[in-house]
Amino acid sequence: MSELNMLETVERYIRGEMNPDERVQFEQLRKTNAEVDQLVVEHTFFLQQLNRFGEWKKFRHLLQFIHTDLAEKGSIQSNRLSGKARVIYLFNRYKRVSSIAAAIAVVTTLSISALVWTLAPASPHSQFEELNKKYSQLEYKTRKQASEIDQIKRSKTIPVDMPFTTGGTGFIIDPKGYLVTNAHVVSEARTIAIQNNLGEYLVEVVHIDKVRDLAILRVTDDNFKRYGALPYSISKKAGQLADPIFTLGYPRNEVVYSQGYLSARTGYDGDTLSCQIEISANRGNSGSPIINRRGEVIGILNGRQTNAEGFAFAVQGKYIYQLSDSLRNADPSLSIRLNGRSNISSLERSEQVKRIQDYVYMVKVN
Amino acid sequence: MKPEPYEQGLLKGLAEGDKRTIEIIYKDHYNMIQSLIINNNGSADDAKDIFQEALIVLYEKVRSGSFELNCQLKTYLYSVSKRLWLKKLSVNNRFVTAAEDPDSIYPVEDEITAHEKRDAEFDMMEKAIASLGEPCKSLLEAYYLKKQNMQVIATSFGYTNADNAKNQKYKCLLRLKKIFFAHYKNGMDHE
Repeated sequence: MSELNMLETVERYIRGEMNPDERVQFEQLRKTNAEVDQLVVEHTFFLQQLNRFGEWKKFRHLLQFIHTDLAEKGSIQSNRLSGKARVIYLFNRYKRVSSIAAAIAVVTTLSISALVWTLAPASPHSQFEELNKKYSQLEYKTRKQASEIDQIKRSKTIPVDMPFTTGGTGFIIDPKGYLVTNAHVVSEARTIAIQNNLGEYLVEVVHIDKVRDLAILRVTDDNFKRYGALPYSISKKAGQLADPIFTLGYPRNEVVYSQGYLSARTGYDGDTLSCQIEISANRGNSGSPIINRRGEVIGILNGRQTNAEGFAFAVQGKYIYQLSDSLRNADPSLSIRLNGRSNISSLERSEQVKRIQDYVYMVKVN
Repeated sequence: MKPEPYEQGLLKGLAEGDKRTIEIIYKDHYNMIQSLIINNNGSADDAKDIFQEALIVLYEKVRSGSFELNCQLKTYLYSVSKRLWLKKLSVNNRFVTAAEDPDSIYPVEDEITAHEKRDAEFDMMEKAIASLGEPCKSLLEAYYLKKQNMQVIATSFGYTNADNAKNQKYKCLLRLKKIFFAHYKNGMDHE
């Protein structure tokens, strides 16, 4: 009997999957053959070890989940903070300032959009709606006050009086803390922060390419922890028509998954820098990774046509390589290493998504 | 002192891995441990790690069928966390003279030694599984850790039938066992 068959037999014996006859026969063999007996003992121990390992892992995972949950609800004081007094003090101090700032921002936003609406010439590009997310007035005010308190609690590095107005999505391309997003998401930003389940961090733009609509961000926040290896890779190839793809992004305050397929190899108006994908994208999806079933990023979502639902455009992945090359030429100290091999190619989709989502962030702009 | 019935109930819930119970234990004790760590040269992240490790020590204890703590849950978690933290500090060569308060400290040396041994074993298993590479890693995790059905695994991994997947699974298991026992025996030699 081969080693493999033997292992199978032993495992069926331990798991009680043998029928009675087989069992009697096998027990006879165990008695007469010391080697088989040893194998049963060893394998029982091993399976126990494996089982306990599984339970241990599950328990750790649960603890991690509970911690985040309780910290979010404020049931535990998850981060260092010097007492409640400080929170109340800061809240009162900034309440007036922030509502004035909010009011000014609202007036400015409304008057600019009125101006743009009346003055802008009708061009084909007006069809092309950039997926920037603008918080509505009311939402903006309430969320701001809530987030102020959260920010005091969570981090000392992000100032409390910072209202973030527009947003998009970005994802990690180098575990040292480099992300890529769309240029249009961050082009007019003074301050940029990223946020997901893991936390909220300040970032800066290190390189921007408006023609290709790409920008590279670097995390500058002290609280940021470096990642291990990236689960996904960045693909230089453009992908085939009809390839199934999916994306993770922040059209809402929560990560949202959607799937579709590659529908044309050029983008809006025959644009060869990008490609067309059939996917439901929303405001805020700008900068989301477009990932194929092998877990390779083939593009970055950057916009959709306003008069057509259900399809969007993506900048091709190879331009990330060009961007990081030109960044390296401009400043050799900022060298980005892009991952060329996906570690999740054989996983099922839900498992892939689970691994990827920690690497995708909401990009918030001030 | 025997734990009150309420605490014994919590321990039973913990042994079953009941999420509600763990949440209660977590909520009631985390802040205490966090102040302990922060007042002794640690950060909030250290506090999280130490507290979760202490919960794992407690979990392993109640899993082995012993609900008898002989002290309050609070005292137990405090003692374990403190021991773990002092150990960690001494590993990092930071000197701390934490004032010992003998009344609130319960002896937990044996438990921590056992925990460290288990931790090393789990670490060994984790490394062994990681070194298998894909698809072996996911295949074994799906079957032995997530306890998925072989038929389901076969479809999700793209095998044409369950028998092929099973065959592959045994090949992977054989490799894992060899790696694990090689490390395991090495580990024993060092001791």
